[in-house]
Amino acid sequence: MAQSLITEEMKRVVGVPTEPTVIEIDKSAILRFCEAVGDPNPMWLDGDYARSHRYGGIVAPPTFLAAARLRGARPTVPHGLKRVLDGGGEWEFFRPVRLGDVLTVTTKVIDLTEREGKMGKMLFIVTETTWKNQSNELVAKAKGTSINY
Amino acid sequence: MPKQICWEDVEVGSEMPPVSKVGTSRSLVEFAGASGDFNPLHYEDDFAKAQGVGNPIIHGQCKRGWLSHLVMNFVGDEGTLKKLSCQFRGMDYPRKMKTMGEPFDGETWWCKGKVTKKYVQDGEHFVDCEIWVENAKGEKTTPGAATVILPSRGKK
Repeated sequence: MAQSLITEEMKRVVGVPTEPTVIEIDKSAILRFCEAVGDPNPMWLDGDYARSHRYGGIVAPPTFLAAARLRGARPTVPHGLKRVLDGGGEWEFFRPVRLGDVLTVTTKVIDLTEREGKMGKMLFIVTETTWKNQSNELVAKAKGTSINY
Repeated sequence: MPKQICWEDVEVGSEMPPVSKVGTSRSLVEFAGASGDFNPLHYEDDFAKAQGVGNPIIHGQCKRGWLSHLVMNFVGDEGTLKKLSCQFRGMDYPRKMKTMGEPFDGETWWCKGKVTKKYVQDGEHFVDCEIWVENAKGEKTTPGAATVILPSRGKK
């Protein structure tokens, strides 16, 4: 009988949030991200434009929080598998992320499943990441799947 | 900037203005630096081969950023993105660089989307959309969905 990838030790990780990480939203980081994805929207890049429009100042593009640096610590699932692919996920946006905001981010595993794939046994880890701003308001939530094999 | 779109301007089936993207080995390096994702899957040939993907691939989160560009262009300054989801189904391989600034001719990707539903909820005017990144062969490597709120002409 084939051994399940999912051990008791791994199951204990489910639902346990990581220690929160504090991140500051700075202009240079927004600029680098926008250059890398090719998004020239002045709401993210032009202070004068942004100040005279809806948010009264520069805001980050919604998926800026996808930057690995802004996701804080990842929960460690002791699976020992060497390879990983990002399967994608769902994001929900509650408030704009403003230049100068100080966000607190934490992540927890919410699901572990295994599947047989063409590259052998694969472990799907679903995590939920939550960002709050300096006023303790919920800013964004991301649910993501990593495929480990 | 283009004219602001309103909820009354779209119908089920309305298409978003498509956005073209060119992933290059340079943009992979830029994204690695910008995001802090230094997985060698995205810049080292041997590592990518050992991972079973053949050659370095475009970061999934970069493609998510491409899709955000598509949607935010569509909703304009007064629209709001509420939800965005996507799955990284297909691998996308970047063009290599010919000169310091220019890539070789090659693949161009298109970010596209269309409206699937429109509704009013809690006084807000919602639009659900199907969105995707399409490679040069027309394959949807990164299918997804977005939920946005658009301003309404009827709203004060």
